[in-house]
Amino acid sequence: MPERTATIASRSGLHARPAALFAEAAGNAGVEVTISMQGEPADEALDAASILSLMTLGAAKGDVVVLRADGDGADQALDALVTLLETDLDAE
Amino acid sequence: MQNFPGVGVSPGRIIGNVRQMPKPISEPPAGEQLSAGVTPEDATAALKAASQAVHDELKGRAAHATGDGKAVLEATALMAKDTMLIKGAAKLVARGLSTERAIWESGSSVSEMLHNLGGYMAERATDVLDVRARIVAELRGVAAPGIPSSSTPFVLVAEDLAPADTATLDPNKVLALVTAGGGPQSHTAIIARSLGLPAVVAAVGVDELPDGTEVYVDGAAGTITSDPDDSLRAAADAWAATASLLAEFSGTGTTADGHLVPLLANVGGGKDAVAAAKLGAQGVGLFRTEFCFLERDSEPTVEEQAAAYKSVFDAFPGKKVVLRTLDAGADKPLPFLTDSTEPNPALGVRGYRTDFTTPGVLDRQLEAIALAEKQSEADVWVMAPMISTAEEAARFASMCADAGIKTPGVMVEVPSAALTAEAILREVGFASLGTNDLTQYAMAADRQLGPLAALNTPWQPAVLRLVGLTVEGSRAEGHNKPVGVCGEAAADPALAVVLTGLGVTTLSMTARSLAAVAAVLKTVTLAEAQQLAKLALSAPSATEARAWVREKLPVLNELGL
Repeated sequence: MPERTATIASRSGLHARPAALFAEAAGNAGVEVTISMQGEPADEALDAASILSLMTLGAAKGDVVVLRADGDGADQALDALVTLLETDLDAE
Repeated sequence: MQNFPGVGVSPGRIIGNVRQMPKPISEPPAGEQLSAGVTPEDATAALKAASQAVHDELKGRAAHATGDGKAVLEATALMAKDTMLIKGAAKLVARGLSTERAIWESGSSVSEMLHNLGGYMAERATDVLDVRARIVAELRGVAAPGIPSSSTPFVLVAEDLAPADTATLDPNKVLALVTAGGGPQSHTAIIARSLGLPAVVAAVGVDELPDGTEVYVDGAAGTITSDPDDSLRAAADAWAATASLLAEFSGTGTTADGHLVPLLANVGGGKDAVAAAKLGAQGVGLFRTEFCFLERDSEPTVEEQAAAYKSVFDAFPGKKVVLRTLDAGADKPLPFLTDSTEPNPALGVRGYRTDFTTPGVLDRQLEAIALAEKQSEADVWVMAPMISTAEEAARFASMCADAGIKTPGVMVEVPSAALTAEAILREVGFASLGTNDLTQYAMAADRQLGPLAALNTPWQPAVLRLVGLTVEGSRAEGHNKPVGVCGEAAADPALAVVLTGLGVTTLSMTARSLAAVAAVLKTVTLAEAQQLAKLALSAPSATEARAWVREKLPVLNELGL
């Protein structure tokens, strides 16, 4: 299954507005994307399109997360989502 | 035409169409099952459709919002169709639970989880509960909870309004507030005065008026009239003309013969303070510091507090700012200070008393105040709420001295403090009467209860006598220590005249009321105010005290106050 790592760039972490923007993008990705903290087992990964899951993940600025997806277009979708995570969304 | 008498709490005469505040969504019964013949698959599809509908509605509202409000609405919209919430509910539906009960329970567990995470996540727990209530309303086919959204301004009618409702109340959409319950000191009254909206509370029967009914609201007289005639239309038009005259305050509160009564503002934070300064307030008579603490799970740091206090001080350089230390408890609980299981919170550990059970918070607050004062040019006075004895006043004064605060004072809101004002004022530099709580305690009447509205008015002769006793206590003490009023009573122009006559030295109110109070005060001499105070004290009831005084102040009717 394709996977990518990404370092959270937003100052407030994956909360509030950055979480909302990311969840919305993950929901529109066309494939099911999961997210977990680096080092955690893949079967405990959370739904990346769920803002509530993202909030419980508690990823802070500088934390490394793993995104996984399967199916057509998974690679492109993951690349786009990594870019989003590695942008400081609080700065916009 | 049909008349609904109530209690007028904020002046203004206006005509508009009724929008009822939907009733709160009731909890679906525990264990409620799917109706016979409904498959879990169909039920889950209905649940998803409802969640999508709520998402779309919130998303649509977000499109018209700006700033923080927009971000919150967008995040809440996403929660409405969140997989964690919906999958949790779908599992329960698969076991035969009704959709309403399933989403209710799923919302509870998600909200509890967020609450346990603390911090920002805990603050979002209530958003999940709001979303849950909206989905249940959608499933039931009833109106969503909260203030209705409408493209045209309306008269909002409710049983009562909670502090949380004010966050979503758009003063450009609401023409007037009318409640069937609540009292003159309820949150609805306070909100209405701070927004400058006409309001009537405790108007029995108004919650039965159908949406769209045209009504005339007179916030001074305290009446609502359905299907108004031409004379009421003329009254509303006349108010629109005088209202603009009452929007300007010259910046000096005085009687006709030049007796100065500084008119100050009640504020909750820097934004309020800036607005109050613009409206001409001569200083701040009540800075409610708990607004910096509310919705917090933990105590703000000394630096955070100092920054919040400085933002108020900076709006009034060279002027007086009276800060009230943390007044938590009763209707303003704080998780790190107050015990929510007290059987009788109004008589419980609240205000200054929280220092008995959680020492340290008050010391740190005083430290933050002293820090902010050093960095600003305001003349900072500090008072403790809920002081009952001279001993407590002395202890508070010494805490202030330790922190380097020059002018300590007390709130007089417990009747015992009014009765022992002389002894209390030997210990501190000033007193400020909090008439809302003083009335509630003198009359033994909970200020939030509609059925007790008639008891809960500062026009009660007993309350006026306690005000008079506090002034006498100050005179007996011998150093002319100021006695102000910072309760809602000061915002009633007729009562403001009576308080001046009783010897009160400053009046502090919501900034919107400054112009009206100043306009009435300058039509009477100090001697006339003293006569009116005597008249009010001699009245056998609050109703007569008010009626007698108003009769001698024809300016009130001319101005529609």
